[in-house]
Amino acid sequence: MGKEIFYFLIFPGLLFSAVIGGFLSWVDRKITARVQFRKGPPLLQPLYDFLKLLLKETIIPVRGSVFTFLVSPVLALFGATISAVFILLPLFHIETGFAGDLIVVIYLLNIPSLTYIIGAAASGNPLASVGASREMKMILSYEVPLLLVIVSVIIKAGMTISLTEIIAAQAAGGAFIGSISGVIAFLVAIFCIQAKLALVPFDIPEAEGEICDGVAIEYSGSSLALIKLTKYIMLFIVPSFVVLLLLGGFSFKGIDILWSVLKLLVIILLLTLIRNTNPRVKIDQAMKFFWIWMNLLAVIAVVLSILGL
Amino acid sequence: MAKRTIVPIGPYHPLLEEPEFFKLYCDGEIVKEVVWETGYNHRGIEKICESKTFEQVFYVVERVCGICSTSHPFAYANAVESIPGVEIPLRAKYIRSIVGELERVHSHLLWVGLAGHFLGYNTVFMWAWKYREPVLDMFEIITGNRNSYAMFTIGGVRRDIDNDKISQLKKVLDFLKTKLDLLVGAVMDDPVIHARLRGVGVLTAEDIHDFGAVGPTARASGVAIDVRQDDPYAAYDMVDWKVITAPEGDVFAKAEVRLLEMYESIKIMEQCLEGLRKDSSNEIRTKVKEIPAGIGIGHAEAPRGEVFHFVKSDGSNRPVRHKIRAPSFTCIPTFRKSCVGGTIADAAIATAAVDPCYCCTERMAQAYDIHTGRQIFSMKDLIGMSQRKTEELKK
Repeated sequence: MGKEIFYFLIFPGLLFSAVIGGFLSWVDRKITARVQFRKGPPLLQPLYDFLKLLLKETIIPVRGSVFTFLVSPVLALFGATISAVFILLPLFHIETGFAGDLIVVIYLLNIPSLTYIIGAAASGNPLASVGASREMKMILSYEVPLLLVIVSVIIKAGMTISLTEIIAAQAAGGAFIGSISGVIAFLVAIFCIQAKLALVPFDIPEAEGEICDGVAIEYSGSSLALIKLTKYIMLFIVPSFVVLLLLGGFSFKGIDILWSVLKLLVIILLLTLIRNTNPRVKIDQAMKFFWIWMNLLAVIAVVLSILGL
Repeated sequence: MAKRTIVPIGPYHPLLEEPEFFKLYCDGEIVKEVVWETGYNHRGIEKICESKTFEQVFYVVERVCGICSTSHPFAYANAVESIPGVEIPLRAKYIRSIVGELERVHSHLLWVGLAGHFLGYNTVFMWAWKYREPVLDMFEIITGNRNSYAMFTIGGVRRDIDNDKISQLKKVLDFLKTKLDLLVGAVMDDPVIHARLRGVGVLTAEDIHDFGAVGPTARASGVAIDVRQDDPYAAYDMVDWKVITAPEGDVFAKAEVRLLEMYESIKIMEQCLEGLRKDSSNEIRTKVKEIPAGIGIGHAEAPRGEVFHFVKSDGSNRPVRHKIRAPSFTCIPTFRKSCVGGTIADAAIATAAVDPCYCCTERMAQAYDIHTGRQIFSMKDLIGMSQRKTEELKK
C-alpha cells in the first residue's frame, strides 16, 4: 500500500510529473517568447503562477452548482496523475504494467477533458457552456484518429495491449517511427495531442479572444491552480505517451538518458512551433480536419502496418 | 422559436480594449442577432472643448483617441481654419500629411497585431507591434512624443522637420518597407488565415451605403471613399497615391486593404519628405489673429475612416459648440450585418475587423449623483437642455 501511495503522490505521480510538466511549460513559453522577440519568463515562473493562484481567493458563481464546480478540477488532477503513474511506471522501467493497461490509459487520459466539461457546465456561465460544447466536439474529433494511431501501434507490436510489451517490441525491433506507417502515425499523433492539450490552432474550447478561456472562465484561486497543475502534468504525460508508442520509450543507460530527454523536447518543440505559426481555426474546420484528413492518414497508417511497412 | 443563449462579449472582455457590451443571441454556435449597449465611457470631451480656447482644444481632441491622436486635431484644424479661410504654408501642409500618414501606418500595424491576437496568432501580434516601434520612434523624432503629438496648431504646425531629420526618416521608411514585405507575406500567403477570414463578416457595397460605413471598412467592400481623395486637404492633392480597395467585403479584404494602405502611406511620406527638402522657406505657421463668428466644418481621413468636426464660433476665443463624430460611429452598426449568421468565432473577428474605437464614439446619456445615487439628468433632460441651448444660439 505504501509503495502505491508513493507512486501516486511522489514519483512518478503528482510531484514528479508536475515538476517536469512545469519545466516543459516553461520551455514552451520560453521558445514562444524567443519566436516572438520577447525575453520570456524565468525558470520558476510556472511555480510562481501556481503558488500565486493557490493563495488567491476562490470565487464561486452564484448560479452554479457548487459541489460539481469545485470537485471537477480535483477529478481532472486525479485523472492526469493516475494516467501519469500508469504511463510512467512502464516507461521508466520501474514496474511492468498489467495486461491491457494501454486501454486503461486511453480512458484515463480523457478524464481531464471530461471533467472540464462537467465543471464548465456546472459554472452556469454561457461562455463556459460554449467552451464545454466545443471541448466535447474536439474530443469527438481527435479521439478517433488517435485511437487509429494506437491501433496501428498495437498491430506493429504484434497484437499486444500492454505498454511494457510495446516498449519491449520497440527495444527489440527499433522504434516504430522508423517505418513509413510509423512516420504517418507520428504526424497524426502530433496533431491529435496538439488538440488534446488545447494548444493553438486547436485551442478552440479556450479561445481567449472569443470566449475568454471558455471552460475555465469561472475558475479562480486554488481551483484554477489545480487546472493549471493538470495542464502542466498533461503537457508532460501526453508527449511521453507518444514517445512510448512511437519513439521507442525512454532508456536510462549512459548516454541514452540524453537521447530520451531529447525525444521529449523535440515533441514539445514541434508542438510549440505549430502553436506559434498558426491562427486558431474554427470548430467546424477543426472537425473537418480531423474527421477527413487525419482519419484518412491514420487509416493509411493502419493499413500499412498490417502490410508490415 | 428555439431557445437562444445570450453569449456576452463585454463589458470586460479580452476582445475589447474598451468597455462595451455586445449581446450575441446564439442558437448553438450560430449568431442570430446582435444587440449592443453603449454608455460605459463618458468623458464629456465636447463640453470640455467649449471651455478651452481655440488653441487649447487641439490638445483636448488629440486625447479623444489614443491611437488616431492626429486625425482629430487634423479635422479640428480643418474646421477652425475654414472659418476665417486661412491658407496654411506649404511646409506645414507637408508636415501635417507626414504626421497623418505615420499615424495611419502605426494604427494599421496595431490593428494587424490585434487581429492576429484575436485569432490566437500571437506571433503576428508581437511581430507587428515590434515593427510598429520604429514608427513610434519616428514620431518621437518629429514631434517629441510617441503618442499625443501636440504637433498641430491653428494656421500650421508647431515644429519643423529639418534636413537632418528628413534623411533619418527616409532611412526608417526604407527599413519599414522591408519589414512590411515580410509581414504582408506572412499574413496574405498563410492558408490557415485564408480559411479563417475568407467569406467571414461579409459587407456588400449596398450594406456600406445603408449603414454609411467609412474608411477601410467601406473600401474593403469596393466602395472607394476616402476624404484624402474626395475632398483633399493638407498635401494630399500634391502627391501621387491611390485609394486601395478590395471587392470581397470580408474580413480578409479588410486586412488586405489595411496592409496595402501602409505602402501607399509610405509612398505619400516619401514624396512629402522630398517636397520638404526642395522647399527652401522655413515658414511653418500662418499667424491667425482671431476666429470670426461663424461655423466651420472639417473632416479628415483617420486610419478608421472619416473624422468629422463641427465648430461654431461667436467671435470670442472659445468655440461655442464643438461636435465630434468618430468613424466608429457609423462602422459599429455594421455588426448587425457582418456578425449575424456566422459563428461566435466569426463574430469575434468580424467585430474586430472594423477596428472599432468605442470610447471615441461614446456619448453621454444620463447623469447620476455619485454620493446619493440620485439621477440628476435623464436623457430627456439632456436633450431638452441641448435644444434650449440651440434655440438660444439661434437668436
